[in-house]
Amino acid sequence: MRQVTRIIPCYAADTSGVCSALYELGGMIAVHDASGVNSTYATHDEPRWEQNHAMIYVSGLTELDAILGNDEKYIADVVSAAADQNPAFLAVCGSPMPMMIGVDFDAVAAEIEQRSGIRTFALHTNGMHSYIEGAAEALLAIAEEYVQPASQKIRNGVNILGATPLDSGNMQQIQSIRAWLAENGFSVVSCFAMGDDLQTLGRAAEAAVSLVISQTGLAAAQYFSQRFGIPYVCGVPVGLQFSAQLADALRCAADTGESAYPCAFRSGSGAKTVLIGESISAGSLAAALGMDGTPASVICPLPHDEKSLGAADSGAASEQDIADVLAQMQPETVIADPLYRFILPENARLIELPHYAFSGRCFETKMPDLTAGRFGTWLREVQA
Amino acid sequence: MNMQYEKPASVRISEADPNGFFVSGLEYSPPVRGMWNIVHMGMLVPEAHQIYCCAQGCLRGVILTAAEMNTMERLSWISLTEEDMFNGTLEESIVEGTCEILEKLTDKPKMVPLFLSCMHLFAGCDFEGVISDLSARYPDITFVDCYMTPTMRTTISPVAQCSRQLYMGLQPLPRNENSVNIIGCDRPTDPQSELVKIIRGAGLTLRDLPLCESYDDYLQMAESKLNILYLPTAHAAADALEERLGIPQIYVPAHFLFDRITENYRRLCEALAIPCPDFTDACAAADRALRETKSVIGDMPLAIDYTAVTRPFELAQLLCEYGFDVRYIIAEAAGEDSESFLWLRENRPEIVLFSPTNVNMLHQDSQPHEPMLAIGQKAAYYFATDRFVNFVVNGGYYGFAGVQQIAELMTDAFRHPKNRRALLRHKGFGCDSCLLA
Repeated sequence: MRQVTRIIPCYAADTSGVCSALYELGGMIAVHDASGVNSTYATHDEPRWEQNHAMIYVSGLTELDAILGNDEKYIADVVSAAADQNPAFLAVCGSPMPMMIGVDFDAVAAEIEQRSGIRTFALHTNGMHSYIEGAAEALLAIAEEYVQPASQKIRNGVNILGATPLDSGNMQQIQSIRAWLAENGFSVVSCFAMGDDLQTLGRAAEAAVSLVISQTGLAAAQYFSQRFGIPYVCGVPVGLQFSAQLADALRCAADTGESAYPCAFRSGSGAKTVLIGESISAGSLAAALGMDGTPASVICPLPHDEKSLGAADSGAASEQDIADVLAQMQPETVIADPLYRFILPENARLIELPHYAFSGRCFETKMPDLTAGRFGTWLREVQA
Repeated sequence: MNMQYEKPASVRISEADPNGFFVSGLEYSPPVRGMWNIVHMGMLVPEAHQIYCCAQGCLRGVILTAAEMNTMERLSWISLTEEDMFNGTLEESIVEGTCEILEKLTDKPKMVPLFLSCMHLFAGCDFEGVISDLSARYPDITFVDCYMTPTMRTTISPVAQCSRQLYMGLQPLPRNENSVNIIGCDRPTDPQSELVKIIRGAGLTLRDLPLCESYDDYLQMAESKLNILYLPTAHAAADALEERLGIPQIYVPAHFLFDRITENYRRLCEALAIPCPDFTDACAAADRALRETKSVIGDMPLAIDYTAVTRPFELAQLLCEYGFDVRYIIAEAAGEDSESFLWLRENRPEIVLFSPTNVNMLHQDSQPHEPMLAIGQKAAYYFATDRFVNFVVNGGYYGFAGVQQIAELMTDAFRHPKNRRALLRHKGFGCDSCLLA
């Protein structure tokens, strides 16, 4: 059965994706779920929780309120908390039980907005999907709501899209990407959604191109493309050669208006190295390895755009399917989160690359920043 | 005091309703992780393999609990999808999934605590049929229905429910008049406590789930002649064992006031039909320890929270009687502790109660605080003090010896500030953790 897992973890869920994407924007997120359930997100999916406070709460849904369909308590509690805390916006989203009882989050959001006078979004999670879906919908909602048409374009202006700690567990990585963009003559207009406030995000339409660093940013990128004619480029700047190619792709996209997926670039055949992870991050690493003479393939167990992967890559998602694909590929080396170690082929060597959305804080001190030349340094160290 | 809020996070004890101090609302989760969850509890049964069947969002927390405590090989899962709820295969997918997991395990477990979710209960899942089917397929494995149903927490708390279910693997055995159990604890009771000394001093074998080293040890608990419980969350387990196996029970709450402790022991000895020892020395030692602690920490204010002790108001009363300046208590309601709550309301009306989860506690830790000594992790966090006593759910301390040791821990906490962040983020106090590697 595809839903059965003997030993590896599951990825962070859609509700965590919503919270992670909106964490730094000054809004209040009210997840409709039972008491105590928010500790999963706060403990395992959010490295910022201990240092930087955010208004992310759970409704404390009870059996009685669920049976009676008492949405009023949830609505009233959100309005009351908003009155106490004055957030920039409100976001409501659900978990399995609200799905079971058919809570209409769009209606709930409308009611809350009317009573509180604060802009309120409904995000359509149910705890049964991955963080990719939740974060993507949340970033898209912010893009749709706050980004206004630009009166002027910034030449070489770039939006970074898809920045959350779930995929960028090393908190320095986004700073490094900003620095890398600056070194390549780009100007960061906005970063969805780490390090910038709502006002800054609202200027995103001034950018000439978007850099999509994880699948969570793709929906917003496509929106900017359709709404404002801003092309996008999917890739993470890892390795010197691939980073240079990515910078060229950004320039080219800004000039031509054509979007591109450099993360799907694969060179060489007969890959003996396999990466497991999020499509754009893992794809970029595979592309960088290929350029350095080590052909690599990707297994992406998460939702992805087919264009993000190479022809020989796999979308295997369940534990058994991943194990079967690995057995078929017979890799000499697997680059993956350490908790994949349980299902690797016997002779495969594991190079540990912790992924916060998979193993949470288990390996938080071992999350590398692989931006540009740091990737080569890291690879030499782990291969030594 | 945050009285400007619609739903204040604090209230003076003189104005508090013992049945519930705060208006319910959205809830905040402070980064304080020492309390055990159902995964930690399930790991207490030796040679058991936990299986969880629920949605991805719910699975994440339990799986990473196991990952952090380095026990992933003892837990598996089956994810629940929207389709499962509506296509008529709800029970079948649990049975087939469980079988698939078991076939992949090199060593078959002795017990499988099988956890279903709120959604299964709402969907009317035939859990009895699932257990029956699995038991028929694997007669050598004991399958126990367990519940990850936080939506139903007002009917029975997850900890109480899990505690009850984990003893369901016990099967009737001939009564052993020389064996007694302590029921419902997640850690051994301090062997220096009078409770343990009374039992062992009478030549009785003490059985306790945290002391079990094998599944056979666990099964032997069924032979005991008496179940002793002192945590409120153990009632459901003791009631079920009394009904199912006929083991009588005695509840000797984790008291702090000396006369109540003495009364506990009198009742226990009566139930065991043994002479009640003299506690003069133990009582004097506790008294001495409290006075020494007071002389060390002086008038430093104290904050106590409900995660440290099951009767925070009674501990506060004891400390107030010894002259300590108990300033704050973090708790939602008085519950079984209402007698001491009322005493404090009468005698210390200035004490302020704080909610553990109110949204307006979000910035409580960054408020300016006077130097303070905390008893409990949430008190340490919310009052931002490194001087704190670090344990959960009484920490295994009990009786006069427990009072003495808590007093000594207070002295130690005053003299030796701790690394607050590192200790509070450790999930499951006392459990192994990969974060410590």
